[in-house]
Amino acid sequence: MKDFPFLSILTALPLVGAVVVAFIPRTKAELAKIVALGWSLAVLVLSAVMWAAFTIDGDRFQFRESYAWIPSWDARLTFAADGIALVMLVLIAILFPVVILASWHDVDQSTRSAPAYFALLLAFEFTMIGVFAAADVFLFYVFFEIMLIPMYFIIGSFGSGQKQYAAVKFFLYSLVGGLFMLASVIGLWALGGHTFDFAELVKGTAQIDQNTARWLFLGFFVAFAIKAPFFPFHTWLPDSGGAAPAGAAALLVGVMDKVGTFGILRYCLSLFPEASRWFAPAAMVLAVIGIIYAALLAVGQNDLKRLVSYTSIAHFGFIGIGIFAFTTQAGTGAVLYMVNHGLATGLLFIVVGMFVARRGSALVSDFGGAGKLTPVLAGVLLFAGLASLALPGTAPFVSEFLVLIGTFSTHKEYAVVATLGIVLAAAYVLWMIQRTTQGTLNPALTEVPAMSKDITLREKAVVAPLILLLLVLGFYPKPVTDVINPAVQATMQDVGANDPVPAVEAGGKVGG
Amino acid sequence: MESLQLPPIDYGALLPMLILFGAACLGVVAEVVIPQRARNAVQLGLALVAVVAALAAVIWQRGTRTVTIGGAVAVDGPTLFLQGSILVLGGVSLMLIGERSIEKGGAFVSQAAVTVGSQKDLQQAGGRPGATEVYPLTVFALGGMLLFVAANDLLTMFVALEVFSLPLYLLCALARRRRLLSQEAALKYFLLGSYASAFFLFGVAFVYGYAGGIQLAVVHEAVANPQRSEVLLYVGLAMVAIGLLFKAALAPFHVWTPDVYQGAPTPITAFMAACTKVAAFGALLRILYVAFEGVRWSFQPILGTIAVLTMFIGAILAVTQTDLKRLLAYSSIANAGYLLVGVLALNDEGLSGTMFYLVAYGFSVLAAFAIISLVRDADGEATHLSRWAGIGRKSPLLAGVFTFILLTFAGIPLTSGFTSKFAVFGAAVEGGQTWLVIFGVITSMLLAFPYLRVVVLMWLSEPGESAPTVSIPGFLTSAVLGIGVIVTLALGVVPAPLIDLTREASEFVR
Repeated sequence: MKDFPFLSILTALPLVGAVVVAFIPRTKAELAKIVALGWSLAVLVLSAVMWAAFTIDGDRFQFRESYAWIPSWDARLTFAADGIALVMLVLIAILFPVVILASWHDVDQSTRSAPAYFALLLAFEFTMIGVFAAADVFLFYVFFEIMLIPMYFIIGSFGSGQKQYAAVKFFLYSLVGGLFMLASVIGLWALGGHTFDFAELVKGTAQIDQNTARWLFLGFFVAFAIKAPFFPFHTWLPDSGGAAPAGAAALLVGVMDKVGTFGILRYCLSLFPEASRWFAPAAMVLAVIGIIYAALLAVGQNDLKRLVSYTSIAHFGFIGIGIFAFTTQAGTGAVLYMVNHGLATGLLFIVVGMFVARRGSALVSDFGGAGKLTPVLAGVLLFAGLASLALPGTAPFVSEFLVLIGTFSTHKEYAVVATLGIVLAAAYVLWMIQRTTQGTLNPALTEVPAMSKDITLREKAVVAPLILLLLVLGFYPKPVTDVINPAVQATMQDVGANDPVPAVEAGGKVGG
Repeated sequence: MESLQLPPIDYGALLPMLILFGAACLGVVAEVVIPQRARNAVQLGLALVAVVAALAAVIWQRGTRTVTIGGAVAVDGPTLFLQGSILVLGGVSLMLIGERSIEKGGAFVSQAAVTVGSQKDLQQAGGRPGATEVYPLTVFALGGMLLFVAANDLLTMFVALEVFSLPLYLLCALARRRRLLSQEAALKYFLLGSYASAFFLFGVAFVYGYAGGIQLAVVHEAVANPQRSEVLLYVGLAMVAIGLLFKAALAPFHVWTPDVYQGAPTPITAFMAACTKVAAFGALLRILYVAFEGVRWSFQPILGTIAVLTMFIGAILAVTQTDLKRLLAYSSIANAGYLLVGVLALNDEGLSGTMFYLVAYGFSVLAAFAIISLVRDADGEATHLSRWAGIGRKSPLLAGVFTFILLTFAGIPLTSGFTSKFAVFGAAVEGGQTWLVIFGVITSMLLAFPYLRVVVLMWLSEPGESAPTVSIPGFLTSAVLGIGVIVTLALGVVPAPLIDLTREASEFVR
């Protein structure tokens, strides 16, 4: 089972699907949707088989495949997944069919070609799987850069509002980050022993002198901090999230932003342990500022999609302190947070998208008492909001708790300030829900015929799996933490973190 | 009086050049004897056959490593690789030059000497078949370029420089549309080019004074064991370099580029952007690596500064352009800066990386200009940016191809632009020139903006009221586009074969 080339097939599958869907004529939009959905479900099935085949006590990098590519640079098509990559791959595989189903009618009104939209979504899935499955720095960089292209066209061609501005801003921000990383990748290759293989580089970077390593680290870090996004590199996300179609926005924050935190965990920490420790205090400060600052801005937003984008920036602050706290517990919490945030914020974006599609506007002030017209949908929004603010019983609670406990054992002050973010989270989520679905009915709503239609069967099929997963993982996160834990431990060993022993014991009980 | 000894000549090694010069002379004769109706087909066929034959000769000579005709010509790995590249790119350019179906009569004027704007001039802008002298001129230029990259002494290099420059000056003046712009471009190119040649020649005299010889090996020897004042050496090197920097369009000797690129007929612009660049950098590589390697510490910082300046000027001024041909001209200036970064690595990786870059860039830039020749209105090509708004709606295939080419210019992975940038930057870090790479990365960020602006314009903007028509490409232009796109993609996805080829070819003979 292990020898089956899981990762290369998993990567190639959506690409083939994208090509197939792109060639469907634009008059046959329905066919394109069905093929795209079927294709993404096939990816989901394959990833589920892979999940079953993963050995928890096995090697750190499993399903390893390696093919020759550019021999004179020693760049290879190497794919391998550790626990962190595996959970992200499965998250991608889950979110894409959900988003495709949720986007069913998103482009019906557009003058643009529907097959093109669904082909772009599958192309985006290809780049996403590739970036998490790559175990060769060059290959990772290639996916890191080309992921911009499908998303750029999704935002620019199919978005709303200031879509051109948002698309260009998105592209330029990410490209600038990518080019910083390119400089570091070249430096890494020249100084780290002329190889791109991740495992070789972990050994090779020990030879790089400390000062140079810090510069190389910064190149990677800036690229990832923009992608994540961390304060102060975050300003592209609200624009992109606000302009992108709701489904694509869910992917943007649910999946793509994770590339940033994933990259920090895998590449910054493991390749540059000394530089990571050197930079950790600054990263923690940025993360904490991000939590508070983005939460405050979220409170003041009137645009629902921008609001959710800001909450997402705040959540990434939590992931940031979890990573740079350098304890296994906080690290596990951070990775679990990456998964749960993908589910919870993805759901929130999708539900907001359903409201926006009905109302034809994303402004909070255009709603008010919508729950009277669409009680079930309002209930789903409430659930998504509560999950997003990490209510106990939902999955994000476990991860947020692990992060805070893990951080507290080594960096009390940051944990305490970050806790303020939880209070603010309650404020922005609840206030948003109150202003849109509760209270007196906004008379303008009754004039929009679509608002009187409560959740449809298709929409139920969209939200049900996410709600189910959020609840199951909220009460029983062990299957996921078991997969994550060894990989996080290995990463923390790379970075030379010493876990305070008692805290780990306590954390095990809480988390498990 | 001692009898004059003729040096031994390796005709096999010279064969590619001999074929081209022979074919060019034949072309001049054909101009007289072939009736006008058949001339275009015959001349195009002759030129293409000559290029293919010369390419076959280059491939046949692939193992040759020799210095011949009394040290005037060196045939070695870089020579053959660069000659092969020039021939392949030149052959593709010839197809663009030969295209007659997009515009009636082709892109060239039938009689260049007719007064601009006169009644006669307007008539010939209509449908008169264009001049067929362009083919022998192009073949002469190609022959000169082959000699330029093979020249092993400075005088041969000067002769080659003139042989390929003079036809180019003429070709620039032959645009059918916008005659004044075209003639002005040619004059500007000619005047500045003559100055550059004069500098080059003056520099050769200084170097001769220093080394007592003009052969690169002699200069190398003299640099290693200095006998005379080094002032002569440095003044000579600087002046020789000015001549080459002009041809390669490096700042501050780049000022001719935007005007000439804009004014010249588009196929000639493509030809210059692809082939002249290869020739100029080929000669620069040989001079720096073979003759002056011993004073690398002296010229590396100066040329490094020039590289940085070039990258910045190209990138910043590209942002402000509103004409596509000028935008691509500034982009080619910036690319010349990146190429110089590869040259300044001064190691084998630098040599192979630069050669890879030249080939990759040549193919993409040919495709880019081929696309520009397709979007037209009543006055010829519509190169103003605003005219391209919303073109993705009307002709998605053309916009898609152009987007792909712009992505390669921006250096996005899986395109040849990324691979080649990676190659030269990697070599420069290897060669201890990290500062150049840092500036290269910064300017790449700046340069992404103008390309992205064009992409936005094509796909995301609404079409203007008087949108130009997109011509259906003829067979030749389609072939150029197809070749350009396939090579650009192939060198991005599977670059290994060409990289290996450049590595095998990366050793000069002395």
